[in-house]
Amino acid sequence: MATFAEYIAQNEERDGIRFSWNVWPSSRLEATRMVVPVGALFTPLKERMDLPPIQYEPVLCSRATCRAVLNPLCQVDYRAKLWACNFCYQRNQFPPSYAGISEVNQPAELLPHFSTIEYVVQRGPQMPLVFLYVVDTCMDDEDLQALKDSLQMSLSLLPPTTLVGLITFGRMVQVHELGCQGISKSYVFRGTKDLSAKQLQEMLGLAKPSAGQNRGPQGAAPPPTNRFLQPVQKIDMSMMDLLSGLQRDPWPVTQGKRPLRSLGVAMSIAVGLLECTFPNAGARIMTFIGGPATQGPGMVVGDELKTPIRSWHDIEKDNAKFMKKATKHFESLANRAAANGHIIDIYACALDQTGLLEMKCCPNHTGGYMVMADSFNTALFNQTFQKVFSKDVQGSFRMAFSGTLEVKEIGTGGTSQWKICGLDPSTTLALYFEIVNQHNAPIPQGGRGAIQFVTQYQHSSGQRRIRVTTTARNWADAQTQIQSIAASFDQEAAAVLMARLAVYRAETEEGPDVLRWLDRQLIRLCQKFGDYHKDDPNSFRFSETFSLYPQCSTTVQTRASYYRHHFNRQDLTQALIMIQPVLYAYSFNGPPEPVLLDSSSILPDRILLMDTFFQILIYHGETVAQWRKAGYQNMPEYANFQKLLDAPQD
Amino acid sequence: MNVNQHTPMAPPYGQPQPGYGQPGYGQPNYAPLDGGYPAPYAPHNGPASAYHPGIPQQGYSSFTSFPSKAMAANPISDPCSPLDLGPARGPPTSGPPPVQAAPQYNQHSSGDIQNGPPPVTQAPPRPPASMQYNQGGVNMSAQQPSFPQHYGPPPTMHQVTNQMTGMHISSGPPTPAGPGYAPPPSSQPPTSSHYGGTPQPSYSQSHPPASSAPSQPPPSSAPAVSQQYYPSSAPPSQQPFNSLPPTSQQRFVSPVQPQQTFPPSSSSSYSGPAPPPTHTSSAPVTQPQQPFLPPQPPFSSAPSGQPPAFTAGPPPPTQGSFPLQAPPPSSQPGSFPPPGPPPSSVASGQYPSSMPPPPQQQPPQSQPPPFHPGPPPPQSQMPPTSIGQSNHQPPGPQGPPSPTGPLQQPPLQQGMPTGYPPQHNGAFGQVRSPQPGYGGPYPGQPNYGAPAPAPQAQKRLDPDAIPSPIQVIEDDKAKTNEPFTTGVRGQAPPLVTTNFQVKDQGNASPRFVRCTAYNMPCTADMAKQSQVPLAAVIKPLATLPPDETPPYVVDHGEGGPIRCNRCKAYMCPYMQFIEGGRRFQCSFCSCVTEVPPHYFQHLDHTGKRVDCYDRPELSLGSYEFLATVDYCKNNKIPQPPAFIFLIDVSYNAVKSGLVSIICQELKSLLDHLPRENPEIDSVIRVGFVTYNKVLHFYNVKASLAQPQMLVVSDVSDMFVPLLDGFLVNVNESRQVIESLLDQIPEMFADTRETETVFGPVIQAGLEALKAADCAGKLFVFHTSLPIAEAPGKLKNREDKKLIGTDKEKSLFQPQAGFYNNLAKECVTQGCCVDLFLFPNQYVDVATLGVVPVSTGGSIYKYTYFQAQSDQERFLNDLRRDIQKPVGFDAVMRVRTSTGIRATDFYGSFFMNNTTDVELAGLDCDKAITVEFKHDDKLSEETGALMQCAVLYTSCSGQRRLRIHNMAVNCCSQLADLYRNCETDTIINFLSKYAFRGVLNNPTKAVRDTLVNQCAQILACYRKNCASPSSAGQLILPECMKLLPVYLNCVLKSDVLLPGADVSLDDRAYLRQLISCMDVAETHVFFYPRLLPLVKLESGALPVAVRDSEERLSKGGVYLLETGLHLFLWVGASVQQELLLNIFGTPSFGQIDSSMTSLPVLENPFSQRLREIIESFRAQRSRYMKLVVVKQEDRAELMFKHFLVEDKSASGGASYVDFLCHMHKEIRQLLS
Repeated sequence: MATFAEYIAQNEERDGIRFSWNVWPSSRLEATRMVVPVGALFTPLKERMDLPPIQYEPVLCSRATCRAVLNPLCQVDYRAKLWACNFCYQRNQFPPSYAGISEVNQPAELLPHFSTIEYVVQRGPQMPLVFLYVVDTCMDDEDLQALKDSLQMSLSLLPPTTLVGLITFGRMVQVHELGCQGISKSYVFRGTKDLSAKQLQEMLGLAKPSAGQNRGPQGAAPPPTNRFLQPVQKIDMSMMDLLSGLQRDPWPVTQGKRPLRSLGVAMSIAVGLLECTFPNAGARIMTFIGGPATQGPGMVVGDELKTPIRSWHDIEKDNAKFMKKATKHFESLANRAAANGHIIDIYACALDQTGLLEMKCCPNHTGGYMVMADSFNTALFNQTFQKVFSKDVQGSFRMAFSGTLEVKEIGTGGTSQWKICGLDPSTTLALYFEIVNQHNAPIPQGGRGAIQFVTQYQHSSGQRRIRVTTTARNWADAQTQIQSIAASFDQEAAAVLMARLAVYRAETEEGPDVLRWLDRQLIRLCQKFGDYHKDDPNSFRFSETFSLYPQCSTTVQTRASYYRHHFNRQDLTQALIMIQPVLYAYSFNGPPEPVLLDSSSILPDRILLMDTFFQILIYHGETVAQWRKAGYQNMPEYANFQKLLDAPQD
Repeated sequence: MNVNQHTPMAPPYGQPQPGYGQPGYGQPNYAPLDGGYPAPYAPHNGPASAYHPGIPQQGYSSFTSFPSKAMAANPISDPCSPLDLGPARGPPTSGPPPVQAAPQYNQHSSGDIQNGPPPVTQAPPRPPASMQYNQGGVNMSAQQPSFPQHYGPPPTMHQVTNQMTGMHISSGPPTPAGPGYAPPPSSQPPTSSHYGGTPQPSYSQSHPPASSAPSQPPPSSAPAVSQQYYPSSAPPSQQPFNSLPPTSQQRFVSPVQPQQTFPPSSSSSYSGPAPPPTHTSSAPVTQPQQPFLPPQPPFSSAPSGQPPAFTAGPPPPTQGSFPLQAPPPSSQPGSFPPPGPPPSSVASGQYPSSMPPPPQQQPPQSQPPPFHPGPPPPQSQMPPTSIGQSNHQPPGPQGPPSPTGPLQQPPLQQGMPTGYPPQHNGAFGQVRSPQPGYGGPYPGQPNYGAPAPAPQAQKRLDPDAIPSPIQVIEDDKAKTNEPFTTGVRGQAPPLVTTNFQVKDQGNASPRFVRCTAYNMPCTADMAKQSQVPLAAVIKPLATLPPDETPPYVVDHGEGGPIRCNRCKAYMCPYMQFIEGGRRFQCSFCSCVTEVPPHYFQHLDHTGKRVDCYDRPELSLGSYEFLATVDYCKNNKIPQPPAFIFLIDVSYNAVKSGLVSIICQELKSLLDHLPRENPEIDSVIRVGFVTYNKVLHFYNVKASLAQPQMLVVSDVSDMFVPLLDGFLVNVNESRQVIESLLDQIPEMFADTRETETVFGPVIQAGLEALKAADCAGKLFVFHTSLPIAEAPGKLKNREDKKLIGTDKEKSLFQPQAGFYNNLAKECVTQGCCVDLFLFPNQYVDVATLGVVPVSTGGSIYKYTYFQAQSDQERFLNDLRRDIQKPVGFDAVMRVRTSTGIRATDFYGSFFMNNTTDVELAGLDCDKAITVEFKHDDKLSEETGALMQCAVLYTSCSGQRRLRIHNMAVNCCSQLADLYRNCETDTIINFLSKYAFRGVLNNPTKAVRDTLVNQCAQILACYRKNCASPSSAGQLILPECMKLLPVYLNCVLKSDVLLPGADVSLDDRAYLRQLISCMDVAETHVFFYPRLLPLVKLESGALPVAVRDSEERLSKGGVYLLETGLHLFLWVGASVQQELLLNIFGTPSFGQIDSSMTSLPVLENPFSQRLREIIESFRAQRSRYMKLVVVKQEDRAELMFKHFLVEDKSASGGASYVDFLCHMHKEIRQLLS
């Protein structure tokens, strides 16, 4: 642990966590003076190849208000078979199953390198995963076909026990009954009328688990299934037929009109359906839309083509008449879904806007994906969509459901809980901590602050798992040890934390204010940690640990919600890329190298690759372009040039 | 009709007689004989006479139609069938008389049918008589068997009449009538009675003369003759009873009857009388009756126009007074008593003597036939009897009945104080005596007076002495032997029960339009005074028999139909072209309109367009115009209509097998959707929905391999979940549809859903039609009260405690306004709803029916539906309902000439304003009753015109206008009004009026209103048209003599007087059903057809018998038909042969009363019977399930419910009682 950089990397590798400060100021006052808050970027499900799931339950602190999990930082009295909670100092008895515990026979959770450990919950039934497709049929045939293909492909990627369901919508919303013999059945709802879960339950005949099932052949299925959500192994054929039989919404669209698209109600029904059938079980609502909602709750634009969809201009002028209502609608959906641990994904493919702004809360609040492309018929959508179903080495999806993150910290003694419906290995949360210790009550030297993250989630195999990460940092007196604090600054983490904070503020405050706030924060930081001489601008100098931060800060701008969405959930590297695109240069002169975001980087014999997270631009230098035009890449003797051309695309 | 039922009358007689005598006009002399005669005659003659004399004068010609009817019914009609109501009421005593009459009747009727015994006696006698009668009486009585034949004779009638007329007045009129419609004359006769009022003088001369006054002598003679006859012929055979009694009775009766029937004849005879000699042959017959008439005369006279004659004491009694007027009784039935004559008759000798002997000869013949025939020559007589009956019905019956009557009735009859009763009791002889008595009245009036009354008093009203529907129906059939041409304004068509061909010559066929009055009063005051409803029953899309041409379709090109500029009436034969054809004057509003150049045509010398016979709209009463786009909704050519089937698949429906049945049937039915050209596939598209508490729509697009089901469970806000693929062409989607219909029963085989919705179901269909932008029809198959949470949800509100209270009306009203609003929406879209109900309990038909009723749809109800026993009925109904011609999105407008106005409409439709009748659907079975009121004076010269225009979309999607024109006469004399009414149509109107009334008034109030109105109608007649007569005498207009019996049937209907076992749903169902019935349907509904199955000959139906238990013979089998029900009643001691023929079993006990169809047996009887049943079913818009009822079985109660002349279990009065009641009401009004 030579340097902080290594320390940081190691911590991130092991626990998936990075703090803005790795040494914490010991009082509230000082913490405020640090400008950049004490915060952490935490990736709860960071992929760990070396982390075997523990097949027993975690041991909890017996204090009702604490309930912290036994961890390597706890003091253990092997003789008395007692352990002291390092958060509340409660002394606890080990449970009977730990009778054989000793210094040499330690349970995994006490081993230091298991500061992050994963338990598999043994109690309760294994809940199947639920995938509910919500498909817009108001799109042209080509798009629809591509989408149908993608969906059919996705079916084959699902574990056989996964429950799937299908809702299609256009002018009406159809909930398809699966596994029907002969006649295919679907329940149809008006696209203009929102329904509560209770209404929906009655209308779909789901009144009670047993009541709704007496009709039809599905009655015999195991309890958790119903006519609308069935194991993919059982109904894959009929689902395939259903999907292939999907037709473009048959209601006529007269000229000068948009198709009536009941997106709001469709999503509401999807949420309601899961709400009354699989509350608190892992479920994904995958919404595929080809345009904005044009009727019913959630509509963002009327069906008159001559009225364009609201622009930023309208929004700023408060001129988007549907926006507030639509946002409210989707927010309430998001909240309901989140409350039940359901994920909402949105895949929007259209040339025009689709109203993601109003809907963003759905994926945001539920940990869902938001994907935007021009068409379902593009590689962008296809590959992204496939990526969703990518699997880890064990063949499990790289996704988890219905997670709960609980943070226990020392100091406040409080615990906080968040619900994160959808998690994947790269989901990263920013947590901002407040130091509550008073200035005049110094923490003893060498004291460490501990934080425990308890993440409960449903693994894609259906198991419920609990991952516990316990970490600790030193306290330092900002008065006296400012240097060591400064040295512990993780500028990348700080930049991302600040950016997220800024984005958050941008959503709640006026754009210019946010920019001003960012600037002020930067200035204050410089004041605090800069090393400069008064009245001499040239003397301004940052320590190396701060060198990148200002640059990042300035590029944080108000961006469209789609970007913000990603920004809020991606891991640090990705977030940084978003903040500051990366420019790689490929040339014959050496391996690819990052270069400055500057026109000076453009050289004739270079190929530049810019990665902005959302888009990748490849720029061929003048010479390269000439060579390419001349067709050198096709000549065997210039195979190296061919390689160079291909390099960025890999 | 003289229903001298009430003997009580008798006593009055004495008085009346005198009175009569006075009235008799000079008759006093007659009084006795002639008077009696005349009177009787009068009645009979009345008609006849009417024909000749009065009638003609009055311009009967116009009535021609009447005549015809009159002919048949004349007796009654003319005279106004004087019924002696007296019977019941005032003079209980009068009762007796009836007895006499009754007896006779019974005999007749019975003779024919049930009353085996009596009939026998009578019958036999009659036959002979009839024989004779036939000639004369034939006309009259010929009624049944003989009639046709006799009718042949009618000519004789005419002749007679002619002669008569000639005699009296101008034969001319009569003659005309005579031939074709001699009827007119006949009618006139009735009129004559009316005449009484106006023409009396003349009448008296003419008719009266004939009948009474002049004729009187003859009449008397006639009577005498008759009497003589009796003596001679009858006496021998019947002598004891029949001869005498019968005669006497007959006379009375016969008089009565004869009168009527004879009337004509009699009249003729009368006239004849004078001429008798000449006539003798023909007339004689009649005369015979006349003889009776004599007695009748009183009645008849009263009744008949002959008022004068009547007036002669005798007549009155006879006629009106059937019953009541004891005195009259004598004259009439009761009147027989007038026995005055009777006496004569009795003392045949006397009679003769008293009676005008000369006529006697003639009369004798005629009479003899009736009577004698009856009694003496049993066999032949039968017909006669029947005839007699038919004629006077009463008469006939009376004649015979009297004999029997005496027997039976005696008991019934309130014993007349005096002789009569005894007589009756005594037996025929007695009867006779009464007769004599009658005679007495006349002749020995003094004596009689007393006696007669007495006897009458004893007896009750004789059912045979009161107007018989069967008689009237048969008379009308008999006299209708040529096509009915519509060219003559104000001509009443034959009755709905008669088969006839129609030739459109400028007015709409009666199959399209029937009026209550073909001679409307000129002023509102008159109309108000008479209380006769002025209404028309219009059946715009009625199906015509194959031998009549359906309305031509006229295309006036792009400009659309030619119309009056102001009132927008369509071009029709009434438009007057002027200025050389360049303009035309509207006959409705008088506005002058330019003739468009393309329509111009020159006029001939009479002012008619040269092309008028080439153009349907200028020469016909009914035709169609092609409508232009201006007549289309939103100015868009309509889309072809659609049929949507909405099938309840809740537990009950599935379990009863209903769902399978429907689905199975639809598969084949879909090939029979309505089309205009049978060669081409129907363009109607179909769609399918099933439902319980949610709705399932089906996508059956041709391109699908399997149908798709779309469930809409949000019933609170119904919508159609799909557009493309819901409504499809049957041929294109046949496979998918069949697959669907195969799967539906399976899919719901295990359903446990018992709740249903209803409002959303209709909404769904409506929305589907809206989405497809077309009109159409929904076929909803529904089982239960819709209690599931949804718009239009209902609660069970069946509360029998409310029945009879002021709140009862609320049970007929819909529960919520929801359905009214829905109906309105449906109408706007042209969405017609047909509802098939299969309830096992209360479903609130009153509410569920709102939409069907408002959209021109139909309701069918199959309570406790069981596949096995009800499938056939349901499927036949369904087939017919789907296949029948239908129009959509229709608007009907009735325009009238200045002076009257259509004010109220009854039927299945919706009205947004006061003039436009909107019908989302209009099929060939729907009739609309339109009431007219005066808003100004009408002129006799121009008459009153009405034009009914129906704009609709045909089943091929073509927009059309169907026009029906109707012109009627206008009159300034009430008598004319009464002479040209049609009772069946009046009943149609009154029933609809009453059935609507129960929505807003206590049922009792509605009933009272009906009785009151009826009483006013009749009282007005009595007061203004009938000859003066005793107040105790009931005098009915010939055309309305059945009004009381039919009205009683309306009052007793389940709607107005429910039995304990009649559910609210049944009542609501019937109420709504009646509202769109045409006249034929209401007729048979209120007065069911009851056929004795004795001898079945191919080609002809047996003559029906009256709906009374006493007409049923234990040894017989009867078929009863109401248009909704079909019963086969088997007497307990039925002949084995019949059983073998019908059921193939020799024993009564082995008959399976649960069978719904008769076994197919290879014998002519069985074949013919099944043919008859099939033909009945084919006639009705709804399939009638055959119910076999064994006498004494429990099921017989249900059957008896339809014997409408009897007292009903629910408290409905018997015909006799009601008639008495009616008479009392009338008397109250008069006093």
